[in-house]
Amino acid sequence: MNRRTLLASAAFALGLAGAAAAQDRVKVGFVYVGPIGDGGWTYEHDKGRLAVEAHFGDAVETVYQESVPEGADAERVMTQMALSGADLIFATSFGFMDPVINVAQKFPDVKFEHATGYKRADNVSTYSARFYEGRAVQGLIAGHMTESNIIGYIASYPIPEVVRGINSAFIHARKVNPDVQFKVIWAYTWFDPAKEADAATALIEQGADVILQHTDSTAPQAAAERAGNVYTFGQASDMIEYAPKPRISSIIDNWAPYYIERVQAVIDGTWESVDTWDGIAPGMVGIGEITEAVPAEVKAEAEALIAAMASGEYHPFTGPLNRQDGTPWLAEGEVADDGTLLGMNFYVEGLTGTVPQ
Amino acid sequence: MIRLEKRPQPSRAWTVATPLLAVALTMVAGGLMFALLGKDPVVAIRTIFWDPLFHEQFASYSRPQLLVKAGPLILIATGLSLGFRAGIWNIGAEGQYIMGALAGAGVALALYPLDAWFLFPLMVLAGALGGWAWAMIPAILKTRFRTNEILVSLLLVYVAEQVLASMALGLMKNPEGGGFPGSRNLQHYPAAANTELIAGTGMHWGVAAAFIAVIAAYVLLTRHILGFQIRLAGQSPRAARFAGVNPNALVVICLGLSGALAGLAGMFEVAGPAGRVNIGFNQGYGFTAIIVAFLGRLHPVGILLAGLLMALTYIGGELAQFMLGIPSAAIQAFQGMLLFFLLGVDVLSNYRIRLGRRRIA
Repeated sequence: MNRRTLLASAAFALGLAGAAAAQDRVKVGFVYVGPIGDGGWTYEHDKGRLAVEAHFGDAVETVYQESVPEGADAERVMTQMALSGADLIFATSFGFMDPVINVAQKFPDVKFEHATGYKRADNVSTYSARFYEGRAVQGLIAGHMTESNIIGYIASYPIPEVVRGINSAFIHARKVNPDVQFKVIWAYTWFDPAKEADAATALIEQGADVILQHTDSTAPQAAAERAGNVYTFGQASDMIEYAPKPRISSIIDNWAPYYIERVQAVIDGTWESVDTWDGIAPGMVGIGEITEAVPAEVKAEAEALIAAMASGEYHPFTGPLNRQDGTPWLAEGEVADDGTLLGMNFYVEGLTGTVPQ
Repeated sequence: MIRLEKRPQPSRAWTVATPLLAVALTMVAGGLMFALLGKDPVVAIRTIFWDPLFHEQFASYSRPQLLVKAGPLILIATGLSLGFRAGIWNIGAEGQYIMGALAGAGVALALYPLDAWFLFPLMVLAGALGGWAWAMIPAILKTRFRTNEILVSLLLVYVAEQVLASMALGLMKNPEGGGFPGSRNLQHYPAAANTELIAGTGMHWGVAAAFIAVIAAYVLLTRHILGFQIRLAGQSPRAARFAGVNPNALVVICLGLSGALAGLAGMFEVAGPAGRVNIGFNQGYGFTAIIVAFLGRLHPVGILLAGLLMALTYIGGELAQFMLGIPSAAIQAFQGMLLFFLLGVDVLSNYRIRLGRRRIA
């Protein structure tokens, strides 16, 4: 046997081994609402997917589909993924909720994980992060940094998740700056750079010098950079390319540990339907570097707040807090329960405007 | 030297052949693009055009889905083609689609939980009326004040989107939905649900309506005086006037018909595949239908085929994305190529290509 045939047969044997491994490889599908290059929400979920690939290597195969519209199309995409042999499917947008439940009924052997939703089944888990903890930090920094006392907020959809973020940021901005006002623009999109840039520009023209966003692109950062003295925060992803100014900090979603844990559960056969809502403490919510544009004492205050939330000694929704109309919500020292937070569709006292109804 | 020589009449043979040629060119250029992306072009093209129809794992699911996806496209495009033939440009089918869905779903939600046989027919009627009424705005503004129907109908899409958002957040919000936007799911409301007529075929009332609309449009255009007037108005507005065509009536009829059909499509979609009134319920069917109408040469049978082809590129494109990891932007570019080549090779049906210098007689 000469060297070439030896190599060829070795390659053949390797190929066989690979094929055998392929059969019992766990196939994991990801359904994304935006493009993986959005630099925000979907980008971070895709980083989680890549972390799964890196962690498990050949034991796992991942597939994904980006820019999937919420609705009937999502149902078709997930059905096709399930048909193609996926064992576990992560649906990473709120609007995929009903489609996930429908498809899960048809494929009882396939496990589903739905991000930010509230409907579960025997083979459907839900998971989300306590982003409002990150919003508290943003509110505190924003309240200190604003000179016009007007903070702009680019909101996406009026769902509890978003309303909760606005309330948390506002409460903590008011705490350090009683004169602060929020201007909220509802963009009705998760990802639309043109719309987001328009919203940012409109807010800046109305006097906002700090802009918070609940949309996924970096367009508001770019608009703030053009405008000059405007500060922003990275959303869902670090958006570090806009540091040290306008981006002065960020909320980073870190899905990788959760995804690896859930894939491992499928491999081990221990997967169960659960509801996960993690915050800063286990690292699902990360706070990106607070840049030197922020004064040292503000940075120290923000870091103290982060530490207090991580240790569990402070909850961002702690009374006394009133609803917008002045009726009491939380008494002195009382902490909001998860049920109220999950369904939050009201503003706290001091916010102007209304949650769109 | 290559010269173009205008044909006295568009070539019939080329009119039929150019769509096929465009598809072939798209496959070549698209294959090249996929190859540049590092994907096997043959596998990619096969995944898009062949697998949804014949793949053993998927076909039994994706073939019916083809009808689900093509149904609204065909229904809307058929309506639009009538106006387009007469030179009346309804670009706002997306808005009429939304308003039809809102009207149809509105009836169901207002009467919930009434369980009566007449509920669904009532919704169908409301859906058609909703789309028709939204199309009447540009129609009346055009006939009364000579406004441009292209602009008015297009801009009304954005108004309709705002109305949709308001409905999803307010009036039509599911009272049992825990504060989240979006209406009740009509799929879970048997009297109002637009279910499959034969299980597992994808054939719902909307698909049936699309087929009926194609046949009706064919008969209208070939056998009915109105069809003659539509074609005449498109080819020669002056001649149409002499032939006694009332241009205002034609505007009202064409916009009304296309609006009603778009409204129907929206209603069938919201009661069936989509299920709920929600922000972002409209997925661009109204705009894609414009492409379908032209891809189908504004001919009912052509539109039927074009709608199915378009649906195939959507569903096959999805397969190609997650099976082969082709980016969604590349799939969109691929769909764009299809329209580009179609318009490009159109030149062949209107012009003759001559080689060599023109001889001076």
